[in-house]
Amino acid sequence: MIETEGWHRTAQVEFPIVFVAWLLLMPLTPVDNLEAESAEREYVWTLNFGPQHPATHTTLRLVLTLDGERVLNAVPYIGYLHSGFEKLGEHLDFNQYVTIVDRMNYLSPLANEIAWHHAVEKLLNIELTPRCKYLRTILAELMRMHDHLLNLGTTALDLGGFTAFLYFFQQREHIYDIVEMASGQRFHTSYTRVGGVLFDVNTDWVNRVRKFIKEFPKVYDDVDRLLTKNRIFVDRTKGIGYLSPEDAINLGACGPVARASGIQRDLRRDEPYLAYEDLDFDVVCSKGGDCYSRYLVRMRELLESLKIIEQAIENIPSGPVNIAVDSDMVLPAKPSVYRSIEGLIQHFEVIMPNKGYEVPREQVYAATESPNGELGFFIVGNAETRAYRARTRPPSYLHFSMFPHLIKNHQLSDVVAVLGSINIIAAELDR
Amino acid sequence: MVELSVLQQKFGTELVESSFRDNRRIDVPAAKLFDLLSSLKSDHGFDMLIDLTAVDYLEYEGATDRFGVLYMLLNVTSGERLIVRTAVNMPDPKLPTVYSLWRSCDWLEREVFDMFGIVFEGHPDLRRILMPEEFTSFPLRKDYPLKGRGERHNFPVITRAGS
Repeated sequence: MIETEGWHRTAQVEFPIVFVAWLLLMPLTPVDNLEAESAEREYVWTLNFGPQHPATHTTLRLVLTLDGERVLNAVPYIGYLHSGFEKLGEHLDFNQYVTIVDRMNYLSPLANEIAWHHAVEKLLNIELTPRCKYLRTILAELMRMHDHLLNLGTTALDLGGFTAFLYFFQQREHIYDIVEMASGQRFHTSYTRVGGVLFDVNTDWVNRVRKFIKEFPKVYDDVDRLLTKNRIFVDRTKGIGYLSPEDAINLGACGPVARASGIQRDLRRDEPYLAYEDLDFDVVCSKGGDCYSRYLVRMRELLESLKIIEQAIENIPSGPVNIAVDSDMVLPAKPSVYRSIEGLIQHFEVIMPNKGYEVPREQVYAATESPNGELGFFIVGNAETRAYRARTRPPSYLHFSMFPHLIKNHQLSDVVAVLGSINIIAAELDR
Repeated sequence: MVELSVLQQKFGTELVESSFRDNRRIDVPAAKLFDLLSSLKSDHGFDMLIDLTAVDYLEYEGATDRFGVLYMLLNVTSGERLIVRTAVNMPDPKLPTVYSLWRSCDWLEREVFDMFGIVFEGHPDLRRILMPEEFTSFPLRKDYPLKGRGERHNFPVITRAGS
């Protein structure tokens, strides 16, 4: 009885003091500390997600700290696919390295090639022929569709929708066919060259692209009806992985991820390169900032890309696809190589290291709008036909670094939704 | 567009401007780097750090410093770009971190540390990112050979009998 009274008395005296002290100290306690405390609690558990997991699509690893199914913290570990691309770039010449950049973002190999040679041509101050500009624009937009189709398809697949994935994959096959007709290779095309491309395209190719443009909208409508208002899909993506515009800028988001957060930035419009100046298209933005907005932005970009391809394919100029042979930067035509000594010497000089053309001792950064965002190359020239330093600015790298921020306090099942929505390509991430 | 003279008034005449094609660059001594970058962010609206990278000038003709570190900035509103370059030298290459300005520098600084061994003081979590933890060299330095130093051949192998 006495004990109870005593307990009551101390509680009455101490409670307000403790409460006031708690109120005063509350704002001073850093949030991270609170989380570190909760991480020590024994019901918090750790889950290793990857490196081999169907939903990571490639090789990346996350260590998730979970409270039940709520993600308290996520720590990404990368580097499993690191193969020293940038080091190789210092040892291969401008045309050889294109086979390596191909393998960075393998969902859109040609977009990487175009970005690489865009930077090289800026260093060498090459003005492409109009036909080459249009051709590269068409291929870059086809690659954007290629990338978005797989990304949207696999996002739906990870969230349980198999049909959309198959519909879109069939369209990717058509794009593969188009690319194969142009370059002779379906996947790692190595198609662009300094000052042009490997082969010119013909009328059959143009007709094949026209056929694709005609067929695609029907499949788009099918998938649109399958996913955009699908209750399950919307519930799994809406409000998940929110990225505010301020965070998007501070964390370095670009491309569809930034545009889904309301950043109106698209290099095709802001810093036009290739033939984008002549073409009419809209920059697709959304204000949502969540996974669903990123889905919507990518979906609409498919149609915008189709619009660009449609305009470009009908207006593709005739004329040479490579710059003039007397620049000593492109290979001469085969008949002249086989039948004249001048042509043979020229071919030899382009192929052999440090025989051909002047490279300024300068450094340049040039970026293109790749399907994933700003893909930039920083090249240091050293009077050799290879780069002294070939730095890639990979969009996946910046996007994956914001993953812990995006997933915090979401459920475990949202990990795949967020991973899909930022489109991480591990080969580009690790290089 | 940010004028060089405005920056020179604040940070002295050591700032050197140069340009090549459409790239505009400002060279700054490492001691004034952080103040310049924070002024560029707060006063001149460079709110995005596009890229942070380094170059090893060991074999570059006419180079005076060992490493160049580049900060590629972007003003999202106006679309203006600026590259801020600085230089660091052996034996103790280090720079202040810019984590308090742009959080996007987190992994970029880790990569430069991993590849070149440049230490960013004050970075919250400066660990290797692409190479394994136990790796001891810095692969993008020019004195590191393309084929490596035999790390792959000396990789610890755990056999079934020995485990």
